[in-house]
Amino acid sequence: MTEPVPVPSLPPPLPGDRPPGIQVRGVHAAYGRIEVLHGVDLTVAAGSVFALLGPNGGGKSTLLKVIGGQLRPTRGSVTIGDQPVGRRSVERLARTGLCSIPEGRGVFPNLTVRENLRMWTYRGHLSMRTVEERTYAAFPRLSERRKQLAGSMSGGEQQMLAISRALVTDPSVLLLDELSMGLAPLIVGELYELVAGLSGQGMTILLVEQFVSAALAVADRAAILVHGRIEQEGEPHRMAEAALGAYLSG
Amino acid sequence: MTSFLQYTVFGVILGAGFAIAATGLVVTYTTSGVFNFAQGAVGMIAAFSYWELVVGHHVPVLVALVVILLVGAPVAGAVVERVFMRRLHGATSERPIMVTLGLTVILTGVATIVWPPSNQYQLAPIVSGTFRLVGINLQYQQLLTIGIAVVLVVALRFLFYSTRTGVGLRAVVDDPGLLAMAGASPNVMSQYGWILGFVMAALAGVLLALTQEQSGISITAMTLLVVNGYAAAVVGRLKSIPVTFVAAIGIGLAEEYIIYYALPHVSQSLSSDITLALPMVFLFVALVTLPSVRLRAAGRLTTARVPRVPGGRESLIGGAVFVAVAAVFAAVFATTAVNSVPMLQLGGDTMTLGMVALSLVLLIGYAGQVSLCQFSFMGIGAFLMGKVAGGGSLLGLLAAAGVCALLGALVALPTIRLRDLYFALATFAFADAVDQGFFGDARVYGGPGVNVGRIVLPGLSFGGDKSEFLLVTVFFVLTALLVLAIRRSLFGRRLVAMNDSPAAYATIGLDLGFTKVAVFAIAAAMAGVAGGLYATVNQTVGTSDFEFFSGIIFVLFVTVWSVRTVSGAFLAALTYVLLTTFWQTGLGLVAGAGIILIGRAASGILGIEWLVTTFRMPWVRRRDDAGAPAAGGGSPAIGGEARVAG
Repeated sequence: MTEPVPVPSLPPPLPGDRPPGIQVRGVHAAYGRIEVLHGVDLTVAAGSVFALLGPNGGGKSTLLKVIGGQLRPTRGSVTIGDQPVGRRSVERLARTGLCSIPEGRGVFPNLTVRENLRMWTYRGHLSMRTVEERTYAAFPRLSERRKQLAGSMSGGEQQMLAISRALVTDPSVLLLDELSMGLAPLIVGELYELVAGLSGQGMTILLVEQFVSAALAVADRAAILVHGRIEQEGEPHRMAEAALGAYLSG
Repeated sequence: MTSFLQYTVFGVILGAGFAIAATGLVVTYTTSGVFNFAQGAVGMIAAFSYWELVVGHHVPVLVALVVILLVGAPVAGAVVERVFMRRLHGATSERPIMVTLGLTVILTGVATIVWPPSNQYQLAPIVSGTFRLVGINLQYQQLLTIGIAVVLVVALRFLFYSTRTGVGLRAVVDDPGLLAMAGASPNVMSQYGWILGFVMAALAGVLLALTQEQSGISITAMTLLVVNGYAAAVVGRLKSIPVTFVAAIGIGLAEEYIIYYALPHVSQSLSSDITLALPMVFLFVALVTLPSVRLRAAGRLTTARVPRVPGGRESLIGGAVFVAVAAVFAAVFATTAVNSVPMLQLGGDTMTLGMVALSLVLLIGYAGQVSLCQFSFMGIGAFLMGKVAGGGSLLGLLAAAGVCALLGALVALPTIRLRDLYFALATFAFADAVDQGFFGDARVYGGPGVNVGRIVLPGLSFGGDKSEFLLVTVFFVLTALLVLAIRRSLFGRRLVAMNDSPAAYATIGLDLGFTKVAVFAIAAAMAGVAGGLYATVNQTVGTSDFEFFSGIIFVLFVTVWSVRTVSGAFLAALTYVLLTTFWQTGLGLVAGAGIILIGRAASGILGIEWLVTTFRMPWVRRRDDAGAPAAGGGSPAIGGEARVAG
């Protein structure tokens, strides 16, 4: 029996403090000699939810890494708001409001839940108390597990802990990679309700997802990435069928 | 009763020294994921620097401590992290082992030049005076050691579990990329970790040096003193500082009780062997009684390219060409001598050491088992060659192979469950125990060493240098052919599979234990035969031929050239022999150059792409299809090598 996930009450965004949009221009990226992205152009409007869909190996996670500063593009540029990502380090981007939640549980497995939460305090001027209060309000189950090693929790609980970083650190941009990976559909639904709640708080969200219906339900816009190129982009309701075609052919 | 109390107090004092050394190891491992074999060497440098400042330059003790602990050690830690360690994150387990062993060799090499071992280095205690406790005279210095050990345990426990920086130091080992995404710099954290580790090592070095009041400090003894802490650190699973502390005290007590209650009942000479070997015995026992280590599922580096394995016909042709070249060499240099050593003897040493290197190719290169005790098997082989059937007999060679295979299996059996670092540590313990307790014993090799003489095979005489050289060359080629044949066989593919993913290996129903024991026994037999032949080349062998440190330097040379190829094994042996002949003091320095290389090229010199392509070395051609690093991973913030996802 899964408990419902209440969306925590986040402080309202400051007046005039609009989240930045994301601009990706002609991005090429490679692992060694293998080029994975072949000139990707993408615009994520400020404060919107953008879903990036496509088959495995299409380059979705790579694009997210490029935007998050974890992988330098071989060509092209990424701009968040009016700031180019350029050669800025991942930690600097994180401190200025970019929250990347990587694929496959963004938690430290050998630290306890509480110690993981302590790491969330590196962003901004958050006190441990605030981080704990906000997290446990959203995920009471994590409160029960606070002294347990994160790596010993269930997949769903680990994903809750990972996404708690986005909940408590008030990022302006959120990059989510495969939130649903390895989770039961019920839990996926709950987590996406949370994502919808976050977008309501005024956050620019770019999510990569294989669970097409869950992603399109919360997205304002979507694109399909196949073989390192954007194949199609548009309104979510027009993308469902195209996504199916891409999965079958890709 | 008083004497029991006395031994208990002495045991606690001894244990406190171990605890300080062991805590340093745990700190480095916790904050970097690297077991720092150089911890002792860093402590040794700190101890000698302390001597230099306080005794050599009359600097006040407090100033000297500040300079060493708050300036020297942190700067050295930061530099070592930046130059050697940063790129090791996520590397295969043998690379950090080799790099830290290399660092040990460099530091001991530098220390030998700066502080020649022929001089005496005496230190006075920081605090003098004694007091009486339960009828025992104790020094304030000893009380200080215990006090520092306790304060350190409490302070470090607090740092790692109750402060954000401390948790960050642990988090960086878990996932540096994620730490960066959370907003902390993994590089800075990693640097803090190494700084802390070096300060701990320096502190342990200075405190342990002060316990060497009577004998004075020596480079080897100081470097190995920290080894006493290995067992305690292993009991604490290199993670728990309080458990490590308790274990260290326990080991200190056990050592005192054994020395005072058990050793008086054994003969004098044996008791000194036992005393020397005790720390290693404790380490071995701690390793083999550890709870089973979980199997590593997957996640191998793919940037290191796999060398092509030559086919059977190609190997035979290569071997024949090699023997032909060796025959020409033998004819040309039959009477030449360098440094009054016959050239062919050096050639013979190269071939026999090459066989030891080949055993490392099998163990480290194919099976991924880091063994640091091949010189021990070599020494045992040489001993048997000298003692069985009057020396120089074929029976001796067979005995060397058989006994070493058996011993190898016996060492491997209890360590089957151990992975990577723990396995390397077990072989380290075995090598040191053999060195201290067997080679070091005057009754084994004695003063002048063991006379072996030339090998006599039925109907054949190898009395001449030329024939002896050609014989060992043939043995080297046969061993190389055997190693390559093993690699091509089903067993060889099993070794590679076991190295790639032990979990996958076990889940398809293959027996990990049998494969590990078998490969270790085969490699031990190879080293044993090599030792036997080495003895017949030199005709007399002594303790100094198979020293523990020499064995480690040799493993480093093999890794530096390439631990995956026969040519790497040969070149390593050649380099080692040439350096020991012409520039003995440079051994450590060359190993130092090698260490930097290992940090940059995972497959050694023969694995450097541009070198292979520029010089078109046909024997190290690589598979074209093995090169591309897989997409979908890597740790961009630290290190930077791609990894197979999952």
